[in-house]
Amino acid sequence: MEYILLIISAIFVNNVVLAQFLGVCPFLGVSNKVNTAIGMSGAVTFVMVLATMVTYLIHVYVLIPMGIAFMQTITFILVIAALVQMVEIILKKISQPLYQSLGIFLPLITTNCAVLGVAILVIKKNYNLAEGIVYGAATAIGFGLALVILAGIREQLDLANVPSGMKGVPISLVTAGILALAFMGFAGLV
Amino acid sequence: MNQMQNFTKGFLKENPILVLVLGTCPTLATTSSAVNGLGMGMATTFVLIGSNVVIALMKNIIPDKVRIPAFIVVIATFVTIVDLVMQAYVPALYVTLGIFIPLIVVNCIVLGRAEAYASKNTVWSSFVDGAGMGIGFTLALGVLGAVREILGGGSIFGFKFIEGDAILVFILAPGAFIALGYMIAVVNRINKKA
Amino acid sequence: MAKMQSSLRNMVLSLTLISVGASASLGFVYELTKSPIEISMLNRKLEAIKQVVPAFTNDPNEEMFRLPTGEGDSLDVYPAKNGEEIVGYAVRSYTNNGFSGFISFAVGFTPDGNIYNITILEHKETPGLGTKMVPDGTPEKPEFKDQFKGKNPAAFTLKVKKDGGQVDAITAATISSRAYCEGVQRAYNTLEKGGLI
Repeated sequence: MEYILLIISAIFVNNVVLAQFLGVCPFLGVSNKVNTAIGMSGAVTFVMVLATMVTYLIHVYVLIPMGIAFMQTITFILVIAALVQMVEIILKKISQPLYQSLGIFLPLITTNCAVLGVAILVIKKNYNLAEGIVYGAATAIGFGLALVILAGIREQLDLANVPSGMKGVPISLVTAGILALAFMGFAGLV
Repeated sequence: MNQMQNFTKGFLKENPILVLVLGTCPTLATTSSAVNGLGMGMATTFVLIGSNVVIALMKNIIPDKVRIPAFIVVIATFVTIVDLVMQAYVPALYVTLGIFIPLIVVNCIVLGRAEAYASKNTVWSSFVDGAGMGIGFTLALGVLGAVREILGGGSIFGFKFIEGDAILVFILAPGAFIALGYMIAVVNRINKKA
Repeated sequence: MAKMQSSLRNMVLSLTLISVGASASLGFVYELTKSPIEISMLNRKLEAIKQVVPAFTNDPNEEMFRLPTGEGDSLDVYPAKNGEEIVGYAVRSYTNNGFSGFISFAVGFTPDGNIYNITILEHKETPGLGTKMVPDGTPEKPEFKDQFKGKNPAAFTLKVKKDGGQVDAITAATISSRAYCEGVQRAYNTLEKGGLI
């Protein structure tokens, strides 16, 4: 039951992009087409779960015993950067089709603040490893959901007559705002 | 380009948020009031100047292939310094900005300036570039924070001028997206005319 | 100076150099800010205690003790004394059921069990809605929090009216109001169980 609440909360109520403002850059950057949006969500889900797991273990078994929890930021970002590189190399070796569909998104993920954000939040919220992984996965799904919805809307928007100053980023932001408004409706769920 | 232009380019013409659209996460998240926006802006400015200067100093001893991890270490160091110092001396602001202080490290502006500018230019012009970009970032955050505070809370810098509630949605998440969208549209318009 | 070549030796050397420099400077700043951080955290704590109990002369932080809640965890209790006489208890309570999850409180009680004052230490509630639980009101314009002052939870049902209690919920923020009541109730139950009120 607790896990279900955690999942619903992370996907709908505290949606990572629309309510917590993490990962807005890729949210605006790769939401032109539904297909790319799906690819990006897949890559993010993969990396986020992996990163949450690894950073959690490092935090508990290395940083805390050594009394250097203040090195958290620097360690986490390096771990995530290394992890992304590794995933890219491994993916290239073992699965060409998967690499071709996710590969181009991987370098973009290092600077996706949602990944580092979730890693830090898991520590801040005192989750245990299992909760952390569930939270990471659910957050990534929430990210994917928001991304795919926005991409769907933007594909339609291309056909609309948008005032010249509002074209591109501004109209996407306003659309995202309306989307966030809709997501606020989920608020009472948990 | 002289230093003056180098300094002011970040204000409007190449404003990191409003024109380059980098670092949108902290922009949206920390601008629920003018003070918060300015606080976040200043923290980021410090990191920008610090990392720009250090990277410009060390650009010759960093081999090309490992430049990104090297830059990240330098940036993360400055972010942690800001984190600790704010925790010690401005705890209230630190609590409000919360997770977005450590997240300065993945703010694309900082790494972007390191890669695009500081790694190719002198220490002094990198300093000027960092300061200019930082001020542009802070300005945009301050203005967005002020707009949201005025519309959403009926107050400015904490002084209330409307009794009761204003248009609450502007303090909430959706208002952040919408307000930034319109701000970028306005700046687009101004830059196109100039 | 010429640009370093990307040979393995150079890469390892320069990364090591940078990491050592980074760790050294961080260690230095950490040592420097360690005590100011502790002081500022302590001050925040004392500030909060001062707000929720009558004037005291002792150092409640020194005399802090923990009381079990009966739900498997325990809360910090800060006794406030004027001379030798106990004038109140500040309890650090919490709830996980806020609109955005965790909220922590300092709840102050006088020894007869009446609520003296409450202050929120940490929350992420919606600005303009849930945040209305934070401010102190004035006699002419009371705020949400004021209805708790001077009430004894033994007689005053700490539930929102919708749930059959006596608390007027904040308009459009019933969840926050419910969580608030829960946190205050937890503080009261803990003190009661500990036999202090």
